[in-house]
Amino acid sequence: MTTLAYTLSDSRVMLRRNLKHQLRYPSMTVMLIGIPIVLLLLFVYVFGGQLGAGLGAHEGRSAYLNYVVPGLLLITVASAVQGTSIMVAMDMTGGIIDRFRTMAIARASVLTGHVLGSLIQILVAIAVLIGVAFGLGFRSAAGPLHWLAAIGILVLFAFALIWLAVALGLAAKSVETASNTPMILFLLLFLSSGFVATATMPAGLRQFAEYQPFTPVADTVRGLLSGAAMPAQSWPWPSRPRPRPRPRPG
Amino acid sequence: MTSVSAASGIVAQDMCKSFDDHLVLDKVSLAVEEGTILALLGPNGAGKTTMVRILSTLIPADSGSMRIVGHDVVTDPDGVRAVIGVTGQFSAVDNLLTGAENLQLMADLRHLGREAGRRRVAELLEQFDLTDAAHKLLSTYSGGMRRRLDLAMTLVGKPRVIFLDEPTTGLDPRSRRTMWQIIRDLAMSGVTILLTTQYLDEADQLADRIAVLDQGRIVAEGTPAELKSRIPGGHVRLHFADPRLLHSASELLPAAAPDQDQLVLQVPADGTVDSLRGLLDELHEARISVERLSIHTPDLDDVFFAVTGSHVTAQLNGDPAPQGVPLS
Repeated sequence: MTTLAYTLSDSRVMLRRNLKHQLRYPSMTVMLIGIPIVLLLLFVYVFGGQLGAGLGAHEGRSAYLNYVVPGLLLITVASAVQGTSIMVAMDMTGGIIDRFRTMAIARASVLTGHVLGSLIQILVAIAVLIGVAFGLGFRSAAGPLHWLAAIGILVLFAFALIWLAVALGLAAKSVETASNTPMILFLLLFLSSGFVATATMPAGLRQFAEYQPFTPVADTVRGLLSGAAMPAQSWPWPSRPRPRPRPRPG
Repeated sequence: MTSVSAASGIVAQDMCKSFDDHLVLDKVSLAVEEGTILALLGPNGAGKTTMVRILSTLIPADSGSMRIVGHDVVTDPDGVRAVIGVTGQFSAVDNLLTGAENLQLMADLRHLGREAGRRRVAELLEQFDLTDAAHKLLSTYSGGMRRRLDLAMTLVGKPRVIFLDEPTTGLDPRSRRTMWQIIRDLAMSGVTILLTTQYLDEADQLADRIAVLDQGRIVAEGTPAELKSRIPGGHVRLHFADPRLLHSASELLPAAAPDQDQLVLQVPADGTVDSLRGLLDELHEARISVERLSIHTPDLDDVFFAVTGSHVTAQLNGDPAPQGVPLS
């Protein structure tokens, strides 16, 4: 076998190990997938009536459901990468990593296994969340291409955050630290357009919210799922400030 | 130091390693011949684990040349990794997998192939008496089972050189004996083994050669017999009923060392019956009655204390190694 074949084979073995971990550690997997669903119910049924009224629609709650689903898709990603950070730290603080390091295996395969495993977990979690959202009355005018683009953006964003989480997990001296540091992602999400339009925020906070990475991603996904936005207009990395798509009244 | 051909076993020359300002290894050289067991003996913090970590490519040395079965540790780490197996101090097992899955993981990472891998896993489960627990999660394993699995995982790729860092620390006496037998069998099959231990009896039981590491230097090296013969540790301990008898006995035997507190006189002796009879006759003629006596033959404890600093005494007293002090 060539070096490349070894790398692929080792990565596949590590991915299988990671997926087994997710099944063997169901309390964490279920929690990471469950938190976004609990938050979805909370935001729609507890806050939704009032927050939806601010959207100016006649049926506030269902309008807010349509508004908030992209935000919760990002919560799903943030929640899952917290798991990535924990899993990486568990590996690095355990004895097994020294065993891997004394074996002639592809070095990158350990992390590749974590990254691909997390990506698969995120896809499952996203599918579950979208299913629940539809069950609650989420409606989308998006065509198949829009859906594909929305999922694609989420996967790319997830890929980036997974690596950040891997870095946090590697840097953490303990599993507890690795479980806490990704919490900053949740905070960033609440300070974005994920849950309320940035226009309603006071100056200062609004500027921060508009220029931090979660807002363009949330806006892009929201635009795509509404079926209105064209991908060319909503690419999340503009070279200059551009008008954000307004949430469509449901 | 034994001369070892460059292609076999472990050869290390002038290994140096410091952490910050602290010199952990100070020009350490050692060689392990193919198919033999070398025990690296030393107190906590002597540098044993650092040495194993350098030789198994986990951390770089500051200087020195190290070769494992002819592969240079610095320039050909993957060549080294392909021929070694390492069982560290902390169990390097995957707690979220079963025993069989752990072994299968190693087989896959060693690229054994599906059929050969499965055969090797079954073989090792059998050999290490883990077949019954093969499909149980590791959380149900006892300490001894985890250690056995740990070693079995090390052996999946049939390594030619094995590093065992304190392989029996924390095991009960029965598991310890089992582990010893496994290690002996491995050496019999031609595997080269570098073993670190704080237990003198373990080194005595297993090793072909022993190197004593203290404060980053090898302070003694040789076969267990050679090391024992090097120090005059043999003596007879005479126990007396009262201090006056002890006093007269120590006047009679000026070479002996009296211990006033315990009423014991320690007389150097080579352990032969004739010398013992001579000693007893001498005491009898002087009408000094001895309550009882015990004979102490030199063991590795004596070697250890003779060659390492006295600062280790306190630490070693805490060791559960009563077998190390035969008094018969």
